[in-house]
Amino acid sequence: MSAAQVSVDRGRCIGAGMCALTAPEVFDQDEDDGRVLLLQTEPTAAHRAAARMAAGVCPSGAITLAEPESDGS
Amino acid sequence: MSESVHTVATLPTERQAGCPFDPPAELLDARRHGPISRCTHPGGKPGWLITGYDLVRSVLADPRFSSRKELMNVVDFELPPAPPGEFLLMDDPQHRRYRQPLAGKFTVRRMRLLTERIEQITADCLDAMEKTGPPTDLVTAFAKPIPTIVICELLGVPYEDRGSFQEQIDTFMGGATSDEELIAAYTATQEYLARLVAAKRANPTDDVLSELTDSDLTDEELKGISLILLAAGFDTTANMLSLGTFALLQNPGQLAALRADPAITDGAVEELLRYLSVAKTFMRTALEDVEVGGQTIEAGTTVVLSYNTANRDPERFADPHVLDLSRQDTGGHLAFSHGIHQCLGQQLARVEMRVAFRALLDRFPTLRLAVPAEEVGLRPETADIYGVKSLPVTWDREGA
Repeated sequence: MSAAQVSVDRGRCIGAGMCALTAPEVFDQDEDDGRVLLLQTEPTAAHRAAARMAAGVCPSGAITLAEPESDGS
Repeated sequence: MSESVHTVATLPTERQAGCPFDPPAELLDARRHGPISRCTHPGGKPGWLITGYDLVRSVLADPRFSSRKELMNVVDFELPPAPPGEFLLMDDPQHRRYRQPLAGKFTVRRMRLLTERIEQITADCLDAMEKTGPPTDLVTAFAKPIPTIVICELLGVPYEDRGSFQEQIDTFMGGATSDEELIAAYTATQEYLARLVAAKRANPTDDVLSELTDSDLTDEELKGISLILLAAGFDTTANMLSLGTFALLQNPGQLAALRADPAITDGAVEELLRYLSVAKTFMRTALEDVEVGGQTIEAGTTVVLSYNTANRDPERFADPHVLDLSRQDTGGHLAFSHGIHQCLGQQLARVEMRVAFRALLDRFPTLRLAVPAEEVGLRPETADIYGVKSLPVTWDREGA
């Protein structure tokens, strides 16, 4: 069973901070330009739902969450 | 074909009497017919109105729709491009050039660091309310001063300038009684900001504006940015605080739940944002022919995106017209918009609202309206930001 993979596109990021607000264990913001910093590329089970939510609310579509089809979680 | 498309009258349409928190009935009716309708812009030009959550969100994320002021096709004269620094009305790459250096100054972490200072500012306002009231006008005593002081401190407006500066902003943000007064206040604010930028460049202090003088932005651009930060950061939060308090007082069950459980404050703020959507509508202009919801929006046509009906869309939010502070489905509400223009100051607004609502309720356990609800004066739909004109409140003095 493989874990969900998160990737971020800092070129698209506008630094709104929705990810750091929604899933602070998985995302942070760069001190200088506010853009996304990825803390966990494979969020633990406990943080997966928040990471999924963060990807969904990201205003600039900068977060991608690749989930294995049948990991039963 | 086109006969099947719902059409609404000239925008904006007024709200129904007795429903101060609900979007205009005509817009809710439009949403019932479908997520996209034809409309006529205030200046007489034909356009489109989008009221459904999914479509509003998709247009906001679509680079084929522009925010450029000069492309807004709503009046029968040409609009000038946005002045330097006013990036709300620009597209990338111009927008990004301004937004990027600012984004690092409004991060979640940096805004949370302001919590203690905002608590102090709020406590000072509440102290003053206790001294002079009851009753009091919550707008002038609480809702306006908190965000104004916060944004003045962030920009680095010196303390001794605050009084006159606040008055000017207040006048040009809706308090003017004549065009002359409005223009005078606007000019005075512009002149003040120009002096402030020059002063920060000469003698940098510990504030956002001084930090920005370190970038490649010109004085003219910094003046425009300051104006945007003021305009966007002050009237919006002020109206959320006052209209939000009004909504809580009109929903006693929800108010009691919030009083009883501080842990629901963060979620309550998100629900108030969704439910009230004080920034009601924004516009975008199609750069090419774009198909939206089965309709073709022709290049050059301006669409109105109705955030307040999108945030009441029954396909997205269960029982959308109910204020439910423990609601779990507020994530993704459009009160701060979506796409590359999503509110830069939203994390500041969140901290301000979490602190201020909590402190207000804790300080005044018997807070209530001092007039019948139907006498509370509301802003007309022509105002950019919705809210109350004043909110007379009262409370029992301790020991009385």
